[in-house]
Amino acid sequence: MLANQIGYYSLILGLLFSFLLCVVSIKDFKNNNKKINQNIFILSFLQLSFVIISFLSLILSFINSDFSNETVFNNSHTAKPLFYKISGTWGNHEGSLLLWLLVLTLFIFLFLVKSSNQPKKYRILTLLFQQMIIIGFFLFVLITSNPFNYLFPIPKEGLGLNPILQDPALAIHPPILYLGYVGSSIIFSAALAAVTQNYISKEWAQHIKKWVLVSWVFLSIGIMLGSIWAYYELGWGGFWFWDPVENVSLMPWLTLTALFHCILVLEKRLALTSWVVILSITTFTLSMCGTFLVRSGILNSVHTFANDPARGIFILTFLFILIFLSLGIFFIFHKENNKDLSNFFWLSKETSILINNWFMMYFLSVVLIGTVYPIFLDVVTAEKISVGPPFYHKLIAPFLGPFLLFMALGPKLKWIKSKVEKRNSLIIFFAVSVVLTIFVLKNLTTDLLFYTVLISAAFFLFFTTLNELFVKKLNNISQTIAHFGFSLMILSILFNSILSSEIITNIKLGEKYNFNKIEIFFERIEEKKESNFNSIIGHFKITGENGKVVELKPELRIYDQPTMITSEADIKTTLLEDKFLVMNLVKGGEYFNIRYQVKPFMLLIWFSVLLLSFGGLISIFKKRYEK
Amino acid sequence: MYGKKVKLRFLFLTLVLVSIILSVFLILQSLKDNVIYFQSPSEIKSLIEIDKKKIRVGGMVKEQSISINSNEVNFIITDFKNEINVTYSGAVPNLFAEGKGVVAEGFLKDRNYFSATKILAKHDENYMPPEVKEAIGDK
Repeated sequence: MLANQIGYYSLILGLLFSFLLCVVSIKDFKNNNKKINQNIFILSFLQLSFVIISFLSLILSFINSDFSNETVFNNSHTAKPLFYKISGTWGNHEGSLLLWLLVLTLFIFLFLVKSSNQPKKYRILTLLFQQMIIIGFFLFVLITSNPFNYLFPIPKEGLGLNPILQDPALAIHPPILYLGYVGSSIIFSAALAAVTQNYISKEWAQHIKKWVLVSWVFLSIGIMLGSIWAYYELGWGGFWFWDPVENVSLMPWLTLTALFHCILVLEKRLALTSWVVILSITTFTLSMCGTFLVRSGILNSVHTFANDPARGIFILTFLFILIFLSLGIFFIFHKENNKDLSNFFWLSKETSILINNWFMMYFLSVVLIGTVYPIFLDVVTAEKISVGPPFYHKLIAPFLGPFLLFMALGPKLKWIKSKVEKRNSLIIFFAVSVVLTIFVLKNLTTDLLFYTVLISAAFFLFFTTLNELFVKKLNNISQTIAHFGFSLMILSILFNSILSSEIITNIKLGEKYNFNKIEIFFERIEEKKESNFNSIIGHFKITGENGKVVELKPELRIYDQPTMITSEADIKTTLLEDKFLVMNLVKGGEYFNIRYQVKPFMLLIWFSVLLLSFGGLISIFKKRYEK
Repeated sequence: MYGKKVKLRFLFLTLVLVSIILSVFLILQSLKDNVIYFQSPSEIKSLIEIDKKKIRVGGMVKEQSISINSNEVNFIITDFKNEINVTYSGAVPNLFAEGKGVVAEGFLKDRNYFSATKILAKHDENYMPPEVKEAIGDK
């Protein structure tokens, strides 16, 4: 009760501090002092504190199961374990927006503290642009999605959290993903401020690069967590489905990747200035679009908490204002600064980074069109369509081969003008990759040519980066590790898709099922009662081709609050492969529908994404980019 | 003649433009081949020609219509005006039950028989795909 009041009024205070900050910083902007007025720091800190207080009081309401709070009532239940009561705070629409706000205010405060070596006017302008976004979100939360709505009479029990969200990976997935999304807001504000001040320079690139990398690392890990969750919880037997909701998080990732590559060009050569600004604006716009598409109920998925059109319209309006404002600022203030362009040679690091950007933009257009076209068609013609994985595979796979080759060669080039060094070793690596691929693939697949091209390109990248890791002085270790991680990821995904096998059948208790020398024996059923669900555990003995027996125990959970059945896959993970079994009850309960899968290299896929992010992480802490 | 800088710029812009046009063309072309249309049982009944393409059918699973054996699951999708028989062998999602909304992906055999290759999972007991809601009217 009290927590509710405190939370609500802290939010309003936070909004007031936004206005106060704007007034003070505009005054300070006109002032000719070298240093930023100390009050700005204090105000920004207070704003952050109030949002934190508000967020904490929401958590407190969740912990205490205070059902006088509508959000708590809608999304919690007394029987829920404490951990999920807490994670339920951001597992719903209102709470997750409050988390957005928290990260927004946190990042601008950190920006102010961390940017003391930057020009004063630029810092103040960044603060102002960021406050605009913050005010927008404050209004959005307070007007359309207040997390502290009061319910009377107070209900005795809450409605509970969707059981498939009650999961450790999903508890930390939103905060991590948001750190990535919202991190791009700082890049957006800073880019606009820098354009207005005509401060797009080498110094700026060096300073903003850190923020780009921070967002990128969080976004990568956030996407991975979501993907791991989908893998074991949804029981679809895969880790990426080209679902619109997944695509929406992939799009800002692609632009961020493009951005931190060409920021290197800006840092070294003061070229591509407009492109960097456009990418910065696009990244944040895509993050906002993601929020809009997911929250408005246009895309249907777990993330769609409520279909309230007012929310969709608010975000859409806000989005348009931001886009027009940023484009306006860009066209009015931006001055092209390309005196360096004349000494530009085809064979150079710049070109290779441009090629990287070309690929990123191509992948982005594929994903964007695949995601938006069905929505567009629905609005225009009321025809319902969906775009499936074959679309993405067909368009992305052929470009992946050349992309990987460029990724291996690009880092070897020097700035401005370069020659290909150590040509012989590259040729040897290439030959080895091709031979190895043909040797490995010989008996595995029918689509030999297609996979040979892709896998040899991936092996080529794998070997060149591996060589670099061991042979060269470690002056560019972050890039090498990240590229190495990427090659490992592509290799494991490709081999995973070639070598995966699955058996789907309906089976009765006590039955044996044989297929291709694999025997599945449904031994027995065990029932258990947990605090907020009943579970049925199936005991299966699976004899593989090599005669080894694995015991797998998939589980069905029957929740009462809300009433829902979820199936928990049982996965035996080893370094080289996952054995995955999920079962489902079909009408009557006589037959169980089971899906048994052998999926190689799953662990390597997750590991390689971590490696990729680790590369980014090193780059954040490194002093300067080498030569 | 133009300077080197202008020439370079021109070349660069042409490259960018050409590649944009090419990729957009490629994407739209493959979009044509890869979209899956959604149809309700009533729409299927009124089809003039049975297409070989993959489609999605959605509606409610008719009460008392699910039957199961060791290979396949059979059921009927209804939009309360027309219905269609579905045979399916594959993994069944958690929330597949009689009287609940369902979306099945697969191929039409004729106007009354549909062979499904995938039944789409939903995430929530109360949730109904908008397509299904529309297909069965405002019930």
